[in-house]
Amino acid sequence: MRQILTVANKEFHDGLRNRWLISITLIFALLSLGLTYFGAAASGAVGVASLSTTVASLASLAVFLIPLIALLLSYDSFVGEQESGTLLLLLTYPISKSQLLLGKFIGQGSIIALATLLGFGSSALLLYSQLGDIQVLTSFSVFIFSAILLGLSFTAIAYLISLSVSEKSKAAGFALITWFLFALAFDLALLALLVGVEQGISQAGLTQLMMLNPADIFRLVNLSGLDSSDVNGALAVAINASLSQGLLFTALLAWVALPLTIAIFIFKRKKL
Amino acid sequence: MNTPLVSLTNAGKSYQQLDALKSVTMHLNQGEVMGLFGHNGAGKTTMMKLILGVISPSQGNVKVMGMAPDSKEAWHCRSKVGYLPENVSFYEQLTGLEVLTYFAKLKGFAKGHAQKHAMALLEQVGITHAMKRPVKTYSKGMRQRLGLAQAFIGEPKLLLLDEPTVGLDPIATGDFYQTVDQLKSTGSSVILCSHVLPGVEQHIDRAMILSTGQLLAMGTLAELRQQAALPVAIKPSGLNGSVSNDSQLSQFLTAKCPDTLWVPEQEKLNVLKQLLSLEGLSDLQVETANLEQVYQHFLSKHEPAGSVTKEKK
Repeated sequence: MRQILTVANKEFHDGLRNRWLISITLIFALLSLGLTYFGAAASGAVGVASLSTTVASLASLAVFLIPLIALLLSYDSFVGEQESGTLLLLLTYPISKSQLLLGKFIGQGSIIALATLLGFGSSALLLYSQLGDIQVLTSFSVFIFSAILLGLSFTAIAYLISLSVSEKSKAAGFALITWFLFALAFDLALLALLVGVEQGISQAGLTQLMMLNPADIFRLVNLSGLDSSDVNGALAVAINASLSQGLLFTALLAWVALPLTIAIFIFKRKKL
Repeated sequence: MNTPLVSLTNAGKSYQQLDALKSVTMHLNQGEVMGLFGHNGAGKTTMMKLILGVISPSQGNVKVMGMAPDSKEAWHCRSKVGYLPENVSFYEQLTGLEVLTYFAKLKGFAKGHAQKHAMALLEQVGITHAMKRPVKTYSKGMRQRLGLAQAFIGEPKLLLLDEPTVGLDPIATGDFYQTVDQLKSTGSSVILCSHVLPGVEQHIDRAMILSTGQLLAMGTLAELRQQAALPVAIKPSGLNGSVSNDSQLSQFLTAKCPDTLWVPEQEKLNVLKQLLSLEGLSDLQVETANLEQVYQHFLSKHEPAGSVTKEKK
């Protein structure tokens, strides 16, 4: 356990030193504050928009940004150390591969989690002070918690990439493709399936397919509670077949645990 | 302790098509310094990795301190092993002190102790002045010293050093060998891995020569010299051609260097006596074959066709 914390501590400080924490927090804070204030601009008003509009626009923003940031932060975690030779050195130390991986995960995961909490938390507080509605805090805690899980999930996916390739530049390329697939292409494919296939797939089938993408689960978690007027695309269909919040969170959690377990497995079999 | 600290029995490692190391048997005792020599791709690094337990042997077995180094039981022994990899660039953005403290913590030092230990080691390798600077500002020699300090963490019982003196200036090299001697006197064993190093002879007890994964020769320098049966070079001066006139002495001359006699070890004393009796002798230099020549000898014997090996890893 001490070994894990030592590694986690180092990774966390790296995140502070490289200004990752501050820049992610700032990005989240600025965007969410902006959306909170100007979310209603489309309907011709400046000022705090309705809660559901704000959460809807925040969620559709976060679903692109968070995976990208998590992948960027972590894609070189292992392949970078492998290139500089420290990975080999670390493995001669009394630390196991799973300890090293978990340590890195806790360290870098904390950076993402903290940045999400601070960045989006700030606009939650702002909105609360404006609307004075306790509903704000509950909606936002669901949003922030699921956003953290989304970040952790993509951190674990980044480790999978980082452990499977042997060059940093390849890892960067794969990270970009992964992001594109999960954040953009998957939804387009779902839509195509929905529209293109004659017999169509059932709502339940569609929702099940969405479980294959953590980004979509994140969307479902946050949008299922809102009026579907703020939501469009394939999601609107899926939302009607609403799954319980608990089930969605479990699925999201599985998307953290599963890649992490596979990453440990790959790491154990990796040749150095 | 009578059991050897490290022992390899017919240990070998092969990757898909490549036999990185072919059936090597060796033992390393406590307090012994072993030199491991060979070209790139000779299998030096593979052997070190086997001993470190980072990879598992595909044949034979490896034991370090009585245990297989890649097993779970050998876990606690790892804090007693120091390793300097061939190519390592430490975390560039951290300072030297931070890097070393991190590694000391991973070797099991408690927080406050780790930093104290790190500072002592930095002083030992002579980069105290730069310990608060990020590693990216370090010169090659300073990085090498940092790597050495890292290997010395926790007074290791077994040290594996891959090209330890690369990039070190002569003074630092001298300091390094002094540290090796000191560690040896406290009972640590050291494996020095290298292309041939100048000045390494006095500091190693035994040498191993590897080529393309095969063990070519192993033994003390005297033994290796004997096996190689390399001639002794004798350079007399002030003789003005009386050597080439002497039928007995002139047979040791070669066309390439007409002033040097290449004499087989067993003839050495006879020739010397004869030379001393000659008039006009003003000086005499006797050179026995050095490590580099012994090394070249074994390698050229192994590769008569001069085939070039270029595989690595």
